[in-house]
Order: sequence, then C-alpha cells, then structure tokens
Amino acid sequence: MKWHKLLLALGMLAAASAALATPATDELFARYKSAGAAGFDAERGSKNWNREVQGEAGEMVSCTACHGKDLGKEGRHRKTDKVIKPMAPSVNKERYTDAKKIEKWFKRNCNDVWSRECTAQEKGDLLKFLLGQ
Amino acid sequence: MRTNFKAALLAAALLMASGSALAETNFWQWLVNFSRQKEVKPVDNKAYLEECGSCHFAYQPGLLPGKSWAKLLDEKALADHFGEDATLDKDVLKSIHDYAMENAAEKSWYKRSRKIALATEDDAPLRITEVRYIKRKHHDIPEKMVKGNKDVKSQAYCNACHTKAEEGIFDEDTVDIPNFPNRGHD
Ligand code: HEC
Ligand code: HEC
Ligand code: HEC
Repeated sequence: MKWHKLLLALGMLAAASAALATPATDELFARYKSAGAAGFDAERGSKNWNREVQGEAGEMVSCTACHGKDLGKEGRHRKTDKVIKPMAPSVNKERYTDAKKIEKWFKRNCNDVWSRECTAQEKGDLLKFLLGQ
Repeated sequence: MRTNFKAALLAAALLMASGSALAETNFWQWLVNFSRQKEVKPVDNKAYLEECGSCHFAYQPGLLPGKSWAKLLDEKALADHFGEDATLDKDVLKSIHDYAMENAAEKSWYKRSRKIALATEDDAPLRITEVRYIKRKHHDIPEKMVKGNKDVKSQAYCNACHTKAEEGIFDEDTVDIPNFPNRGHD
C-alpha cells in the first residue's frame, strides 16, 4: 500500500519535471547563465511572447502571429499558412528536445518579429514560459 | 532443361551486375517504380524534409533544375529567402544542397521533371511558379481561386490544391481547390 503511494508520487514528480525541463533546455539555461543572464522568469517571458510590434506592412505582430493564441493548439505560419504543431510541451512531446533547433528558431523568429536577435535573458524567460505550457 | 535454367540464372546475375553499375541512375528502382515515373520523385531525405518543410510544404528537388537550386541553397541567399531567414548550419546546408543537386529536374527520370528540365533550358528561375511549364498549367485559374482564396493565398502553396503534392503527385485528378468544389476536375 505505502509502496504504491510512493511509486505514484515518484511517477507524478517525474511527469511534472519532464514538462518543466529537458536535457536540451538544461543545456540552454546553463549557456544563457554563462552569458550573464539570471533569474529566468516565466511571467516576463509571457509578456514578451504576447508583446505586439509593428510589422513590415503596418500590421501588428507578436510570437502568436504564427504560433496562435492558444499554445495547446496548432498555429499557422502567417505568410505561408502552413500548420505549425502546438508549442505546449504538455500536448506536444517533441517540443524543446533539441538545443540546436531551439536556438535556430529563436534566431529566425526574434529577427522576424523584433528585427533583432533576442538576448540570453529574453530567451531564458521565453523558454521558461513555454516549458510551463 | 537444367542447363537452360543455369543459363537463365547467369543471365539474370549479369543483368543484376550491370544494374548495379548503373546505380547512379537507380535503374532497378526505376524499373520497379515504372508506373509512378510519370510524376515527381517524392522527397526521401530526412534533413531536407525537416528543414525545408518547416515553413511550407517541402518542394521536391525534381521541381527545379540544379542551376536554380545552386542559387537558392547558398549561405547568403538563405539569409534572405523570400524575405525570411532560412539559414542553416554549414554541414546541414551541404547535405541539403547535395541532395537537391543530385535529384534536380535534369537528373531525374520522372516525366514531369523531364518537362521542367526542358522548360528551363535557358533560364534558372528561383521560383517553381516561374517555370514556364508550371505557369502554362495554371494560367487559366482565376485570381479569386488563388490570391483571393483564404485557404490558398499563393500559387506557391502547391499542397493547398494538389492533395497528393507531398507524394510528388500533381495529376489533375488529385486537384481540389479549397472553397471551389466544382473546379479542378474539368
Ligand atoms: C513567421 C512565423 C513565426 C513567428 C512570427 C514565430 N515563429 Fe517560432 N516557429 C515558427 C516555425 C515555422 C517553427 C518551426 C516549426 C515547428 O517547430 O513546428 C518555429 C519554432 C519555434 C521554436 C522551436 C520549438 C522547438 O520545438 O524546439 C521556438 C522556441 C520558437 N519558434 C519561438 C518563437 C518566438 C519566441 C517567437 C516570437 C519572438 C516566434 N517563435 C514567432 C514560426 C514562427
Ligand atoms: C523560415 C521559413 C522558411 C524556411 C525554413 C524555408 N522556406 Fe522556402 N519559402 C519561404 C517563404 C516565406 C517563401 C515565399 C512564399 C510565397 O511566395 O508566398 C518561400 C518560397 C520558396 C520557394 C519558391 C516557391 C515558388 O515557386 O514560389 C522555394 C523553391 C523554396 N522556398 C525552397 C525552400 C527550400 C529548399 C528550403 C530548405 C533549405 C526552404 N525553402 C526553407 C519560407 C521558408
Ligand atoms: C489554386 C490551386 C493550385 C495551386 C496552388 C497549384 N496548383 Fe497545380 N494545378 C491546379 C489545377 C486546377 C490544375 C490543372 C487542372 C486542369 O488542367 O484542369 C493544376 C495542374 C498542375 C500540373 C499539371 C497536371 C497534369 O495533370 O498535367 C502540375 C505539374 C502542377 N499543377 C504543379 C503544381 C505545383 C508544382 C504547384 C506549386 C508550386 C502547384 N501546381 C500549385 C491547381 C493548383
């Protein structure tokens, strides 16, 4: 009986921590720290994710322009209309499992939306926010 | 009878050997897939599918000639790829570039690729939609079904109308223009 409860608790712990980090994101958080960033904050990440800036054609864009408002659902590329799989790791287990892939898209998408690369602090905050979805 | 059988085996073996000598053109695969050779070779490279299929459907290399791919799949060109940053790591870029060059229209046995190779003999378009053969096949589709169609938007999104585009099939029987159910089968 006790055994079962312990196992269950362990299992839940494993499930919860799996959603909040992957070896790839551990690696990235460490890298961002060594670049001087600290105290990664999901709240700040969420604000940046939703922050709207003016796009080339005068329209307002944010990270949600392609990934959608609901991270548990599919998004659509704002130019090509291609379906983008959900960003929330709770529904899409393939998310945030490859450090190279994450960095590649941070570079492309920060440039696309903000016309500049994101800082280590911004990336850490965004990642913290995304992992909690 | 026995000797006949042996002779047949020998002949088969010889044929096989010459087949592998022709490996570059993939003669045996070509023979087996003969019926499918009418279309475009489907993408069979994981890196290409993943990297070139993330923002739009992964265009088959057989849809453009090598000289077009050489211009598109260049480090500098990818930094401004139709207004997008599509840069890749050096090693990934090399494998994708080589894959596209090896399977470019003029290298392919597939019928549509042969037509594309022929239509691009004296130019190197950056867009498949600018290949004369492709343009001709679509010139009578009204704007309202393409640009004015919220589920298509551009002639470049082949898979919006060609339901089997991912398999390299563009046959008119597999066309279904969204929101215009009566078009495509005429
Ligand atoms: C123009 C469309 C577009 C916009 C705008 C956009 N993204 Fe993306 N994003 C994509 C595409 C396409 C992918 C790759 C496809 C996939 O992974 O399903 C991607 C992937 C990612 C990934 C990688 C996820 C993983 O599984 O590793 C991250 C992280 C990301 N985006 C963050 C952002 C952030 C942060 C913003 C806002 C600054 C943003 N995106 C805005 C299109 C966009
Ligand atoms: C970051 C997003 C992105 C990535 C990654 C990407 N593309 Fe594109 N691609 C685009 C956009 C946007 C267009 C323009 C679509 C339009 O005209 O509406 C385009 C257009 C094209 C066209 C021209 C289509 C036509 O006939 O009009 C080709 C060919 C092409 N891409 C090939 C590739 C290849 C090969 C790769 C892999 C190395 C790749 N793309 C990766 C965004 C991307
Ligand atoms: C707006 C919808 C639409 C889009 C987008 C589209 N096509 Fe087509 N395509 C058609 C229709 C309709 C036909 C012709 C049917 C007919 O002849 O009646 C056709 C015909 C073709 C044919 C000739 C088929 C045959 O049986 O001879 C080819 C090849 C082709 N398309 C390739 C492409 C490629 C490659 C792309 C993307 C670069 C593309 N198409 C994008 C609608 C579309």
